[in-house]
Amino acid sequence: MALDKIWVFCEAGNDGVATITLEMLAKAREVAGTVEVFCGGDGAACAAELGDHGVTAVYATGDLDGRMKGVSVASAVAAAISDGSVAAPDAFLLGTTYDGRDVAARLSVKLDVGVLSNVVDLRLDGDRLVGVEPVFGGTLNVTSRFTGGGPDIWLVRPKSFEPAAVGGSPAEVVDLPVPDLGTTGGAVVRDRFTEESEGPKLDEAAIVVSGGRGLGAAEAYSMIEGLAKQLGAAPGASRAIVDAGWVPYSYQVGQTGKVVKPTVYIACGISGATQHLVGMKGSKNIIAINKDSEAPIFAVADLGIVGDVHKVLPKLTEALEGR
Amino acid sequence: MKVVVCVKQIPDPADPGALDPETRTLRRDVKLILDESDSYGVEMALQLVDAAGEGSVHLVSMVPNDEVSGLRTALAMGADSATLVSDEALAGSDALGTSRVLAAAIERTEPDLVLAATESSDGYTGVVPAQVAELLGLPSVTFAKEIAVEGSTATVRRQTESGADLVECPLPAVVSVTAGVVEPRYPSFRGIMQAKNKPVDQLKIADLGIAAERVGWAGAGQEITDVAEAPERAAGEVVVDEGDAHERIVAFLDELKVI
Repeated sequence: MALDKIWVFCEAGNDGVATITLEMLAKAREVAGTVEVFCGGDGAACAAELGDHGVTAVYATGDLDGRMKGVSVASAVAAAISDGSVAAPDAFLLGTTYDGRDVAARLSVKLDVGVLSNVVDLRLDGDRLVGVEPVFGGTLNVTSRFTGGGPDIWLVRPKSFEPAAVGGSPAEVVDLPVPDLGTTGGAVVRDRFTEESEGPKLDEAAIVVSGGRGLGAAEAYSMIEGLAKQLGAAPGASRAIVDAGWVPYSYQVGQTGKVVKPTVYIACGISGATQHLVGMKGSKNIIAINKDSEAPIFAVADLGIVGDVHKVLPKLTEALEGR
Repeated sequence: MKVVVCVKQIPDPADPGALDPETRTLRRDVKLILDESDSYGVEMALQLVDAAGEGSVHLVSMVPNDEVSGLRTALAMGADSATLVSDEALAGSDALGTSRVLAAAIERTEPDLVLAATESSDGYTGVVPAQVAELLGLPSVTFAKEIAVEGSTATVRRQTESGADLVECPLPAVVSVTAGVVEPRYPSFRGIMQAKNKPVDQLKIADLGIAAERVGWAGAGQEITDVAEAPERAAGEVVVDEGDAHERIVAFLDELKVI
């Protein structure tokens, strides 16, 4: 038996609705009769694309005027449910993103229900959803369900589902007013900065070249950037070198960073801690270069090179020049 | 300025973890250490108090047993004192149960600023900081890359999908910090000796006025229905570099038609 209604948290940028949102919509359509979205921002701009992905209504706050998305959207949803203007859905799906986590967290307190995080699959078990979360670097899959009264709040990892357009008519735009946030609403965005990054985005690139502690020093990361540029790939990193401050957090691939599933993943000087494996095991092809032949990364690599990244990478980059 | 840092003691991630066969959750009856993710919050707090020229850093943590070794690590870094909510009833707590306990413990300390990691390294739900803020009725800024405090306002550079936002936030507030933003100091020998005598206030959930059914297994409102081995990814060819391994990589990329 399908659920009556699912609400998906919609995120959008200059190039339209975010991929994570479209991924969740595909799954939501499978398990619920009605799929609607809620978003912090302008709903009209996304209505056509959302309708094309099976959404019938988009509940939108309108411009937040610099207020934080998490508290604004969660407060608006909770207020709409509490004053009866909106019937609570059976489940909320939100992406494991910067704003998705904030909305889920605030909403869970307001509705006094739990959150299940990091799920990579959802399916119906009777009239309730169950979710699958990989643990220990993806070696075990733990399936969980909510036992309380609901609604259920799920935080979904990117790349868990395939987006699919179904050709529906534009979604109806419904106003979702943000109530007075009181002391919770004090934080305001004063300025926004866009990091100019050349080449493809880490979670969308066909090839990802990642570096780890085996590089030895922050300066050696330039070898990763050099190879990535040569391949038209996105540069990534293990948590170890992000924690060490060599590269920013946005480069991190793994449990606490981004999930990537490129055609080719090249792990350079990365031992393959479970933390890292969970973020890249789904890659179609994995190449690993590491000095230690016992490194766990070799257990998942299609091609493993036992060798020194300082020797292999410069030769590899040079060999690719002019190709 | 009084800064509270939420810290978690977790099983050493370097040791292979195991699931408790009965509860099917991570076994925590092993030696616990300070979650490395939390060392950035502790360092940030110490730097902010330094910059303010006055103040203190107080830790708040919870465990189902009496473990304090991870807290001692943070105290040895320079934190002044700690509250440890230590209660058997906390075993099996989900994120919301955890946040209820942390929020109640934090409220008693009347902080100007609450810092936390963006997520723990073992449970990594990533929702606790904003839940704590909501429970305390405070604003929150998550994924901070930089924090500066001027009077009763924090200015935070927040990581976003496309770059960063500069966020201004009145205090008190909850801010979660990403790893790698500061370099956590190593505890000095003197710090380690001093940490042994720093006050650690141990509380039960009853001391915080929290009912047992709101935390632990009882309060989690969720259950694990299945644990299964994930399909293994088969290992492929392994080549020892003899100076020409790059050629094998080029050939492999050629086969895949990506170059």
